Amino acid sequence: MLRIPCPCCGPRDHDEFRYGGDASVPRPAPDDPDPEAWHAYVYRRQNPKGAHREYWQHVLGCRQWLVVERDTVSHRIGSVVMAREWQA
Amino acid sequence: MRNSAFNILRQGLTGNRGWPRTWRDRTPNRRYDVVIVGGGGHGLATAYYLARRHGLRNIAVLEKGHIGGGNVGRNTTVIRSNYLLPPNTQFYEHSMQLWEGLSQELNYNVMFSQRGQIVTAHSEDQLDSFAHRANVMRANGIEAEILDRAQLRRVLPYLDWSDRQRFPIWGAILQRRAGTARHDAVAWGYARAADRLGVDIIENCEVTGIRLEAGRVTGLDTTRGEIAADRVGLTVAGHTTQLCHMAGITDLPIESHVLQAFVTEPVKPLVHHVVAYGADHFYISQSDKGGLVFGGSLDGYNSFASRGNLGIVREVAEAAIALMPCIAPLRLLRHWGGIMDMTPDASPIISRTPVEGLYLNGGWCYGGFKATPASGVCFAHLLATGEDHPLAAGYRLDRFRTGHLIDEAGAGPFAWLQ
Ligand SMILES: Cc1cc2nc3c(=O)[nH]c(=O)nc-3n(C[C@H](O)[C@H](O)[C@H](O)COP(=O)(O)OP(=O)(O)OC[C@H]3O[C@@H](n4cnc5c(N)ncnc54)[C@H](O)[C@@H]3O)c2cc1C
Ligand SMILES: [Zn+2]
Repeated sequence: MLRIPCPCCGPRDHDEFRYGGDASVPRPAPDDPDPEAWHAYVYRRQNPKGAHREYWQHVLGCRQWLVVERDTVSHRIGSVVMAREWQA
Repeated sequence: MRNSAFNILRQGLTGNRGWPRTWRDRTPNRRYDVVIVGGGGHGLATAYYLARRHGLRNIAVLEKGHIGGGNVGRNTTVIRSNYLLPPNTQFYEHSMQLWEGLSQELNYNVMFSQRGQIVTAHSEDQLDSFAHRANVMRANGIEAEILDRAQLRRVLPYLDWSDRQRFPIWGAILQRRAGTARHDAVAWGYARAADRLGVDIIENCEVTGIRLEAGRVTGLDTTRGEIAADRVGLTVAGHTTQLCHMAGITDLPIESHVLQAFVTEPVKPLVHHVVAYGADHFYISQSDKGGLVFGGSLDGYNSFASRGNLGIVREVAEAAIALMPCIAPLRLLRHWGGIMDMTPDASPIISRTPVEGLYLNGGWCYGGFKATPASGVCFAHLLATGEDHPLAAGYRLDRFRTGHLIDEAGAGPFAWLQ
């Protein structure tokens, strides 16, 4: 079990959360006409072996979206911040 | 020495001390025409077909660990060809036909057991969608059968047929030619057959860098020295992105995820088919030793750790007991995980890359074992001729840019994006 320290609720088991994928991929503006930017947003991934910034939503808790830094090999969790306060 | 009834008898009578090594222990040469990175099923099959069908001789397979230590030795060995969308339908059926002759072709018993695969349906609509699938299969010359509730009950009396079921069983789709094979034997059989055709199989040799000159591959850095190569084929399963990073390709549509599998203590014969639960993620077969081998969902977040999470153990066990309450008292003997390269459309990639001389075979998600022979044939064709094999032309990397995705999540692997 991963244990994610939610800034609102404290440390909680990860099965209270929903995974939202890589948070470092920039989302184009809604009116961005460049298909390249959308292609990159939808498909391209760094897939690092090591530190990964990723979205988790605390669905069975405060329902906030978080950005969690986790190591994809050791599963060690580093910083956890509110997604709305985070800049890619 | 060939495997034959005579040799087995002779070795049996002399204490089995005369068998030679299954493949030679090679030190790497300085240069090869083709180097395959990754000695799993796909890499070994590719090397074998390169030598066998294309007559190439100067080939090496570099494996960072030992042969059979990757997903080829970790998977649950389900082999089937019940895919709905082209080119999957034809590609996996071609693979099935290769499986049917594989033990003979390799002179190695891969223990291919066509015990049939059954997927249960839990609503009228689901059974309709299975009928659609069965029709597509038949139209492609692949046999498929639809069973109603009464017919299925005679075949699988041990399922939960009570009306307590939240999603009662309506029927099933059955492919009789589907089944399982012995995973290690597949790796060893291809390794032995490739070795006999002169392929160098080099274990404990990790690729740490890819050398490029003017946008072209020239060789590899490895833990056993530098190796020059005209062409390099990557077959590294969950580490596809890591190897591509070494060649400056950092934008693949791939994420690595862990999938777990489980085996119970051995019991008398109970499960005579491969059975998959249509209402949740769970599938099961019984090994020759009697253990029930089963699996379910991905852990659900990017992972390079070949160990799984307890939450999934519970989820899969719950699904198992919902379908087959009779196995609830059994104890789990082992569970393990393997790292898979997941693509957004859950279909594989067999493709050239933007780097000249570098070719990619990956993105098999959690369905690549059954593909091993056809993947080897198609990738060998691409490496030898520079042209896509007709069966694999739909698996090119550029499909994500052109929009020609193959969204087969219904029967194949489930990407987390599903
Ligand atoms: C639990 C589980 C259950 C599965 N069940 C099924 C199933 O029932 N049916 C099915 O069809 N498929 C199944 N699969 C999927 C299937 O196992 C894989 O798609 C397939 O085995 C991948 O191809 P491979 O055999 O070549 O991979 P692998 O055996 O993983 O080979 C890749 C090799 O590359 C090596 N490598 C990596 N990096 C380097 C490097 N830098 N240098 C040198 N070598 C390197 C690795 O050590 C490894 O040996 C399952 C997978 C898992 C994990
Ligand atoms: Zn919370």
